[in-house]
Amino acid sequence: MHFPISGVTIDPVLLAGLGFLVGILGGFFGVGGSFLAGPALFALGLPMNFVVGTDLVHIVGKSIAAARKHHTLGNIDLRLAAIMVLGTIVGIQVGVNGIEALKKIGKVDQVVGLVAIIVYTGISFFVIWEGWRTSKMPSLKAKGKTENQSAVAKDKMAFGRFTRWIQRIHLYPMISLPHSGIKSISVWAILGISFIGGAFSSFLGGGAGYIRMPCMVYLLGIPTHIAVGTDLFEIVVSASVGSFQHALHGNVDILIALVMHTGAAIGAQIGATLTQYFTGPRIRLAFAPLPLIGAGLIVYGLMTGHQMK
Amino acid sequence: MSRSRDIRSFLVDLSIYGVLVFAYFFLVLRFFGGWLTDLFTHHRLAYAFVAILLMVAQAAGLEVVSQLILKWIRGKKS
Repeated sequence: MHFPISGVTIDPVLLAGLGFLVGILGGFFGVGGSFLAGPALFALGLPMNFVVGTDLVHIVGKSIAAARKHHTLGNIDLRLAAIMVLGTIVGIQVGVNGIEALKKIGKVDQVVGLVAIIVYTGISFFVIWEGWRTSKMPSLKAKGKTENQSAVAKDKMAFGRFTRWIQRIHLYPMISLPHSGIKSISVWAILGISFIGGAFSSFLGGGAGYIRMPCMVYLLGIPTHIAVGTDLFEIVVSASVGSFQHALHGNVDILIALVMHTGAAIGAQIGATLTQYFTGPRIRLAFAPLPLIGAGLIVYGLMTGHQMK
Repeated sequence: MSRSRDIRSFLVDLSIYGVLVFAYFFLVLRFFGGWLTDLFTHHRLAYAFVAILLMVAQAAGLEVVSQLILKWIRGKKS
């Protein structure tokens, strides 16, 4: 089927299937899956500027239902979210300007593709390294913790010095985040991390949770469940702003985004249900190859002129 | 027994939801495609607003449909 806005021909069932798969990943691993959705769209023939903008719109839809659920669970730190939105919006503008500059010189596919390959490969190796490092630390099971609690506690131990160092930076204005259990932290630390997340989000597409989430948990010291809920809520706002900017510049094919989202909405239900049956720190290692697959799809797309049919 | 009943309800929910969703997106592609393309080509600002609104509306609508189906299934079981 022909999608006239972006000028590509893609099977809509294939698109919905891609959204379905990404939805399962999102519901199961708690990530948006843009490291697969974006590269897959590129391999199917969508130009990279449309990949970035369309995936961002798709993220808005996916995040709304999830954010609502987290809100009812009390997992959203509104004060933190408000500050993060400011930083993310500035970062998004930088990313949008970057895409427009690359469009002018005709190098969007190559530069964004190369950056995505580096980032996704880095994420995979980081997850493997982090899992290996965590497994080397002494077991906490003797202290009565479950396997998952033990893994989370080990994560905090591994990165605790970074968190303490960030929270010791006295760059005014300082703020307290009682909902996240943080007595005092510089607003600039929050703005800096959200700026980086926003720039990645609007340059590579998706919500950039792979950058923002680890930074929130390991650098700012936000409890994981609060980080997930707050991140989702903040993404709804900032991804809407980013999507609007990209749509103004002609980088969004809303028809493709709507089709993908129908599949993602179904997949997310399955993914969330599967977490009841699969638990444990090995899940994170199962996640590790996925960004590598995304990087591989981009390599395929760049080398073959992205005509995977 | 309760777990297999939950799985069955979940599969019924997904099947109904899946059919409705696929019927919906074929309708969207058929009736909205031309209008959205025209907005994209000639009225970019309006297109940007409409794109975000459509995605938010679809997300909210699919969530409502999903909840209604679940309520209907649970109502039938009791």
